[in-house]
This record gives sequence, structure tokens and C-alpha cells, in this order.
Amino acid sequence: MRRFNLNLWLGGVLTLLVITGAVFAGYLTSLDPVFDANLMHAEEAPNGQFWFGTDEQGRDVYTRVLYGAQISLTVGIVSQIINSIIGLSLGISAAYWGGWWDDFVNGLTNVMLAIPSLIFALAIMAVLGPGLPSLLIALGLTNWSWTCRIARSSTLSLKGQGYVQAAQTLGYSDIRIMATQLLPNMVGPILVISTLGIGSAVLAEAALSFLGLGIRPPFPSWGSMLTGARELIVVAPWAAVFPGLAIFITVLGFNLLGDGLRDYLDPHMRTRQ
Amino acid sequence: MTDTPLLELKNLHVGIPKRDGYLDIVKDVSFSIMPGEAFGLVGESGSGKSLTALSLIRLLKKPLKVSKGQILFKGRDLQTLSDREMRGLRGERIAMIFQEPMTALNPLKTVGRQIAEMFVLHRGMGWAEAGRKAVDALASVKVPAPEERVLAYPHQMSGGMRQRVMIAIALACDPDLLIADEPTTALDVTVQDEVLKLIGELCAARGTAVLMISHDLGVIANMCQRVGVMYSGRLVEERDTYDLFAAPRHPYTKGLLGALPRLGTRHGAAGRQRLVDIDGLIKDREALLQEFCFQPRNTIRDPRLRADGAA
Repeated sequence: MRRFNLNLWLGGVLTLLVITGAVFAGYLTSLDPVFDANLMHAEEAPNGQFWFGTDEQGRDVYTRVLYGAQISLTVGIVSQIINSIIGLSLGISAAYWGGWWDDFVNGLTNVMLAIPSLIFALAIMAVLGPGLPSLLIALGLTNWSWTCRIARSSTLSLKGQGYVQAAQTLGYSDIRIMATQLLPNMVGPILVISTLGIGSAVLAEAALSFLGLGIRPPFPSWGSMLTGARELIVVAPWAAVFPGLAIFITVLGFNLLGDGLRDYLDPHMRTRQ
Repeated sequence: MTDTPLLELKNLHVGIPKRDGYLDIVKDVSFSIMPGEAFGLVGESGSGKSLTALSLIRLLKKPLKVSKGQILFKGRDLQTLSDREMRGLRGERIAMIFQEPMTALNPLKTVGRQIAEMFVLHRGMGWAEAGRKAVDALASVKVPAPEERVLAYPHQMSGGMRQRVMIAIALACDPDLLIADEPTTALDVTVQDEVLKLIGELCAARGTAVLMISHDLGVIANMCQRVGVMYSGRLVEERDTYDLFAAPRHPYTKGLLGALPRLGTRHGAAGRQRLVDIDGLIKDREALLQEFCFQPRNTIRDPRLRADGAA
């Protein structure tokens, strides 16, 4: 009997909630997040018609939070995929081949860790200009150092394992060993760090958009919604609370999901009856 | 036994590079294995058995290197092959099984998939066909209910079963040479015997030559036609198994055989025959590597036992 995995379930439900909101935004609301501004209804508190209230231009916060999920999830997942690809290929190959390549990758990782990633992302955004593609690139290039570290240390410990040596004696190529012997055996820690990475990318997107360098208003990113709501925080707190809550739920959901998956994927907990 | 040897080591030296040349750890080892023959390599821990084996498949860990000598496999010098050619040989023509069946299998993949991978890798089969071959391979190593066991993960199997799976993987491509590095050391005594028999039978049936590495003379006596005894990086004696056991020449071999308990002899208590041990320890490596080899431990003080290997 498998023990009930609360993290996995709670994280899964929260993540699924956010994903559903993002994917089916068009079906969950009849309003448009940008153009359905109605000043007659500006700054209305949550009610039967506007569940999350309205902002200063009379736009439905509920609708904007839903559409904001699309942007947040895209940024979070895509940038983390870029991060994982960079971090894994650098980390695994560095530890497996060693030598000058390892030294180089280590140096690069240390440099990346020394630069605050948000500042680095800001710099990239300043060069590329605001918008979704440059946001993906900026966040995808700045947050791979932990993945790389973990991939490298996992490889170092796995390299001495019997099955990796066995694979060498069985005639596997280096790339094949990395892909089929090393990579699958570090899925646990990598998944955990990746889900944490998605969470922090969502946060970073919100921060960049809040600073006006990410998604530009009027398009509804959670960060840019917070920018707009900042001035209304006393009059219309709901305009800030709901995007903030959305960020919180998303980040919490991915973090719990990561922890839950780690337990779930542990081969010693896997039984096959 | 008149045809050309399958594997021939000529004056093999393995060492660590130093500023001036090499610090040799394996020194001047020469022996040959005929096709289908079982050759045993015995010696205590650190005597260079495993290094000799790893140098055969060119998987010495840095900074170890073959510093001198030749390794001929089917007449080709393995040192001159490209990495790609060497990879093609490993697993395909020269296979290896290890001491630790607990760790030699990837814990995340079913054993069937790990066997099948050999067919995909070296024979270019599709996964479906390779999967069917894996069932056959598992049946050939006498794993009960192979159709079900291919779906098992390594942690669901016992040590003996895992070692059988390793044998199935190693012999999947019908290699010419199987290197067995202490294949039974980690197993229960009862299982040891079964696994050894299995290796013996399978290799005899397929004409696979075996290089059996062990510190257990009993294992070697059971399995091998010829034996090499290694001490401190040198091959001190190399003969037919029967002759070696009947009349060991080198004092170290005598010591080894003397330390072996025999059925029917009472050991231990006063008045009874005691097991012999070998005096002393392997002394400081660097000094040992240069000067006398077995001399410091030799109660016989045989002047011929010099580092030049002239025993």
C-alpha cells in the first residue's frame, strides 16, 4: 500500500486549477480582459456580476486573472524548459567528461550565481525590449545555474555506480550513457528544482512586469495588474489581492507538486503488483 | 589449442604518469587465452587483477594508463583502435560482469529493457523484437517465469537473480570473451555455486572464452583450465590449474594454497594442522614496486624472488 501523498495531490489540484484557468479562460468568462472596460463599473467590490471586483477602468479582475494565467504559465514553463536544457546538458557533460570543460562550466555557473538573476534578466530585457519572447529568453538564460549544479553533483555520484561502469563495458557511447543512465536517475531532484524554477520564473515575470519591463499594460499579466492596482490598494484592494493570490497559488502549487513528484518517483516506493 | 590465441597480453604495464615516466602498478603481465578457454586470475586485493581486466577493455580510470606492452584481441592491437571501434567491441565481442549485482543494474529500468537494450545497441533491432529476445535471454540464464520477470525492476530481485540478469546482458550478443570480475563474491555460498555453474555451462555451450578474476581459489579450480597468480602487480605463476594445485612453484602460491581450509583436515586446535598464513603485509608501495617483490614476506627467503620477476 502506498502512503497517501498529500503534497502530490494538493500540488496537483492547485496546478491543475491554474492550468485549467489558463487553457479555458475563453470559456470561463464572457468578457475580454483588455477591451471590456466599463467606467460605469470602475472600482466595484466583488459581487455577483464581477466575482473578483473591477479595476480602475472597470475591467473585470476575474477575467484578467484568468488571462494572466496564460502569460504566467507560458513564461514559467517555457523559460524553465530552456533553463533545464542548458543546465542539464552543461552539468551532466561537465561532471562526466571532467577536465577543462568541467572547470569552464563550473566557472560559468559561479559567475551566474554571483549575478542576481533578476538584475541580469533586467539587463537582457533592456537590450531586447519588452514583450513575451524577450521575457522568455531573459528568464530562460538566467536561471539555469542551480539545475546545472544539481545535475553536476548527481552525475558525480552516479558516475561511480556499477550500472554506469557496466554501461561503459557494454559499449554505450558517452551521449547514450548521459541520456539513458545518468539523466533518468536524476529525474527526482531535477523535477523538484524545475518546479521550484517554474515558481520563481512566475515570480520573476511578475516582478519584471511590475517594473514595466515585461508584459506591457493593458495586456493582463499578474505583475502588470499589480502595477496598476498599486495606486488603488486602499480604495480597491481586490484589484491587487486577486492577482497576488493567483501568483501565490501558482507558486505554491508547483512547489508542492515538485515535492510530491519526488516521493512518487522514488523507485523504492514503486511497487508493481 | 594450436590455433591463434583469442586474447594475448604482451608485457602489459599499467601505471600512473609521473614526471619521469610511469609509476607502474601492473608490471610485465603476459598471458594468452585461447578461444573457448577459461583462464583464471587469482591474487589478493590490490594485486592488479582488476586493473589488468579494465585495461583489456580500455576503461582504466584517469590517471591510470597502459604504459607499455600490447593487448592483442584476435590479432588486433586494442591500443590502436579508435574510441568508436572500441565501443563496438565492448559488450559485443568482449563483455564483462561485475562483483556487485546490487549496483550493476540501472534501478529505474526493468531488467527486460536493460537486456533488450543490448540488442538495440549492437544488433540494431527494434524494441519489440529486442523485447522478445530478452525473454529468451532471461530463460537461458534459468530465471523462472521469464515472461513475467522481464517486467521486474532490479530491486525486486534477489542478488543471485540480478547476477543472472547481468550474465544474460553480458552474453546477449554472444561475445568471444567474457570477463568475470569476482562474479560471485557478493553472493551467498549456495547461490555462488549455481551462478558459477551457469557461467560455465553457458560459455561452454557458446564457445565463449572466460577470464575469471577471483581471490577464491576454489572458484578458479572449479571453472578454469589455466590459472595465473598475481602478486603486487606481477604475474608470478601461470600454469594449468591441475598442476598448480598439485605442485605450486612460487612461494606466494604455496602460501595461498596453504591458507585454504580443506575438507577432512582438522584445523585450529593444538596438535592439529594449522592453516598457514603469510607473514607480514604488503609494505610501502613505492619501495615494493622497485625492490624485492615478495621477498619481505617470504619465510623461505628465496633470493630468486626479485623485482625483475625472475622466479
